[in-house]
Amino acid sequence: MVHEMPAGTDDLVADLVEALGTDRVVAGGGARHLYARDSSIIEGGHSGPVCFPGSTDQVVECIRVAVAHGRAFVPRGAGTGLSGGAVPCNYPVVIATTRMNQIHEIDTERRIAWVGPGVVNLDLTRHLAGTGLHFAPDPSSQQACTIGGNMANNSGGPHCLAYGVTSAHVAAIEVVLPDASTVVLGEEVGDAVGYDLRGAFVGGEGTLGIATRIAVRLTPDPPAVKTLLLDFESIVDAAETVTGIIAAGIVPAALEIMDHKVIHAVEKFVSAGYPLEAGAVLIVELDGLPGGVAREVEIVEQVGAENRVGTVRVAADEVERELIWKGRKNAFGAIAHIKPGYYLHDTVVPRTRLAEVVAKVNAAVERHDLIVMNVFHAGDGNLHPLLVFDPREPGTLERVHAAGEEIVRISIEAGGVLSGEHGIGLEKRGFMPLLFSPNDLAAQQALRDAFDPHGTANPLKVLPTGASCGDVMSLPGIPEGVWV
Amino acid sequence: MEAFRAEVGSSGPVCIRGGGTRWSLGGDVGAEVRVVHAPSGIDSHDPAEMTVTVWAGTTLTALAETLAEKRQEVGLDGPPGSTVGGSLAVGWNSIRRRRTGTARDALLQAECVGSDGQIFKAGGPTVKNASGYELCRLLVGSLGTLALTGRVILRTRPMPESSLWLRGSMTPTEVERSCYRPSSILWDGDHSHVCLEGYGVDVEQEASDLVEHGMTEVDGPPNLPPDRHRWSGELPKGAVLDVAIGVVHCNGSGAVPEVDPTVKVIAGRLKANFDPKGRLNPGRDPYMVSE
Ligand SMILES: Cc1cc2nc3c(=O)[nH]c(=O)nc-3n(C[C@H](O)[C@H](O)[C@@H](O)COP(=O)(O)OP(=O)(O)OC[C@H]3O[C@@H](n4cnc5c(N)ncnc54)[C@H](O)[C@@H]3O)c2cc1C
Ligand SMILES: Cc1cc2nc3c(=O)[nH]c(=O)nc-3n(C[C@H](O)[C@H](O)[C@H](O)COP(=O)(O)OP(=O)(O)OC[C@H]3O[C@@H](n4cnc5c(N)ncnc54)[C@H](O)[C@@H]3O)c2cc1C
Repeated sequence: MVHEMPAGTDDLVADLVEALGTDRVVAGGGARHLYARDSSIIEGGHSGPVCFPGSTDQVVECIRVAVAHGRAFVPRGAGTGLSGGAVPCNYPVVIATTRMNQIHEIDTERRIAWVGPGVVNLDLTRHLAGTGLHFAPDPSSQQACTIGGNMANNSGGPHCLAYGVTSAHVAAIEVVLPDASTVVLGEEVGDAVGYDLRGAFVGGEGTLGIATRIAVRLTPDPPAVKTLLLDFESIVDAAETVTGIIAAGIVPAALEIMDHKVIHAVEKFVSAGYPLEAGAVLIVELDGLPGGVAREVEIVEQVGAENRVGTVRVAADEVERELIWKGRKNAFGAIAHIKPGYYLHDTVVPRTRLAEVVAKVNAAVERHDLIVMNVFHAGDGNLHPLLVFDPREPGTLERVHAAGEEIVRISIEAGGVLSGEHGIGLEKRGFMPLLFSPNDLAAQQALRDAFDPHGTANPLKVLPTGASCGDVMSLPGIPEGVWV
Repeated sequence: MEAFRAEVGSSGPVCIRGGGTRWSLGGDVGAEVRVVHAPSGIDSHDPAEMTVTVWAGTTLTALAETLAEKRQEVGLDGPPGSTVGGSLAVGWNSIRRRRTGTARDALLQAECVGSDGQIFKAGGPTVKNASGYELCRLLVGSLGTLALTGRVILRTRPMPESSLWLRGSMTPTEVERSCYRPSSILWDGDHSHVCLEGYGVDVEQEASDLVEHGMTEVDGPPNLPPDRHRWSGELPKGAVLDVAIGVVHCNGSGAVPEVDPTVKVIAGRLKANFDPKGRLNPGRDPYMVSE
């Protein structure tokens, strides 16, 4: 249900409308309900008025008005985030960037594009077709998520193994700070002098200000690409193959593992041609110049053989290659058909310990009487255990959360970290002390305070505080299930 | 770390010295300021993880030797005597940056002593990490003004099988068009200098294409003058431009680039939040450098 907004909201809305125009501000219950959540399982956010600025100046206005009314603000892209980063706490002004979706400038010579923060990731890629260049970060949500969201979560994707996560592809950012001033961080070419403020801002989860224009680096398309599908009886052998490939001195473009249950779900959904009897499949993509790619195919086949690979399928053409990827990219959609709810987890462990940790995670989740499936970025040790369940069954969500906490503890015990790409948001801020000491957290707070001394931007996210986001973590009663 | 923490202490101005090869960059610390050194030594190199845990006082030469045993390298570079901590604190990029990545990408985790004399940790040990704020990014290039680094975990990369430099009169743009991701393109005003790295077959193939365009194989990069400043459109005599990062290697540093006052406000708050008493490397300012 939608709660009443706090006193003074009418004046706030009036000032926002005056600054932006009526078509750029919505404050009705329906819209606020919609913008009260993202794609995480987190419920209980409360949105204030939602603004749709179309320019940097209008973002400045949104923040100026919010601050004048003593309200916080929350940047929002497409709302595909999985850690609750865009979930509004205590009726802030939500600033949605979806109408800032212009591609401003593409410089193929210098391999830079200036884009609005609301540009959808895949739209940029499509726009670049034929230029011989692409934007490397390719999160599985790329059909929907925005480049602003990618930047704020420092998102990854299958091809970030060789090319690096979003931070490596953001040269400069125009930012409106929480005091409504505007500044450009970073440089189009090379590093800016002084402190790396651009590097600090990327991954800031909307708590340091709002990006209004982003200069992204474009990557040349590789002259040769080979995609391989390896199947194994056990996920342990698949994981050992990953370790062996890296130890052989190869950094493939992508190394993705899917377990038995995911293979079955995917095959039912898209018929990608994955072998149903396999315990796990490993997708290996090798790219670069043709000579090296051919050599690496041989090395991968050999490492696979040393680890009891079943068959090695090398995609013969673009059609077969796309089919192999289609299975991977539709994994989440396929799984959503199994049960109405799912919770996609995200931790990183040393890649040499993948096999051991996956086994422990599976056992732990099953102890909580839940189904767990694994489809993950194996090449950089980034686990994505996926818990599927029916949230309408009483007591399920408590078990989901207990299992989630165990996954975090198992990962950290194995020398891992809380998140590889989904960020901390509200979901994991309570777990931060498991990884960081009070001194470590104080240093992070010092960084945040330098950008946002008064805590106006996306409050309560990332760092643990005593305060809670309304009834954010009170899980029972998600009526429509957990959606993606 | 405990011994390092004790050495840094919690009061009085203190500066940290590595190999001293860029000691005055960003301004001088007073002669009376107490000098400390980071410990040295390599804790562990894990080739299958592509990471190395190393103390900040270790020389780049010692680190490179250890990594080379397993045919790996890190994206740090510097004159003989340079240390890991000094190289990160200066944060310049290698001329092979296109292959090795930036210095800022190399640092995964840093254990530091802060201004209050307490140990804190930035980042994490894994090659991918989105847990909390990107403190490591701030430390690289900070000239030791925010915290003093004791031990770090760095990302390593496989060494190329083959490596080749060529020189000739093609322009950098022409070179860029005819090669897929060369490791380096430098321009001395008359000639391009190109570094090709990777598998032998590919390097030979690309090199022969360049040779057809009049480039010739040479022993290594051109002599780089010792100072650096940002590319402003002019290349002084004897200077060399690193095209990818817009840096000019030259004799005598150029003017300090102008910085947006808002950037300075954030930078000032960072310094005040991390080092409220101004104890760490007093007199040094990462904005008083020309690159
Ligand atoms: C990728 C890369 C490539 C480079 N390539 C070149 C190159 O080609 N040519 C070249 O001349 N230089 C290059 N540099 C720069 C070079 O690495 C440094 O200048 C290095 O030589 C400084 O090391 P040092 O130990 O001598 O530092 P020092 O001169 O002792 O100190 C330099 C600064 O770092 C601070 N510092 C030292 N140790 C620490 C620590 N543990 N914690 C915090 N602050 C510390 C000092 O206080 C001082 O402000 C490169 C750097 C990088 C990162
Ligand atoms: C099916 C599915 C698959 C996914 N796969 C991946 C994957 O492979 N890899 C991966 O990394 N993630 C993945 N995600 C997570 C998510 O898509 C990414 O985090 C994405 O980058 C979020 O973008 P968004 O536009 O939806 O941002 P939102 O969810 O709207 O916001 C995310 C965060 O960014 C902030 N923010 C948004 N825009 C701005 C801005 N302009 N300035 C400042 N802060 C801003 C918000 O405040 C919030 O904290 C997946 C999600 C789903 C649902």
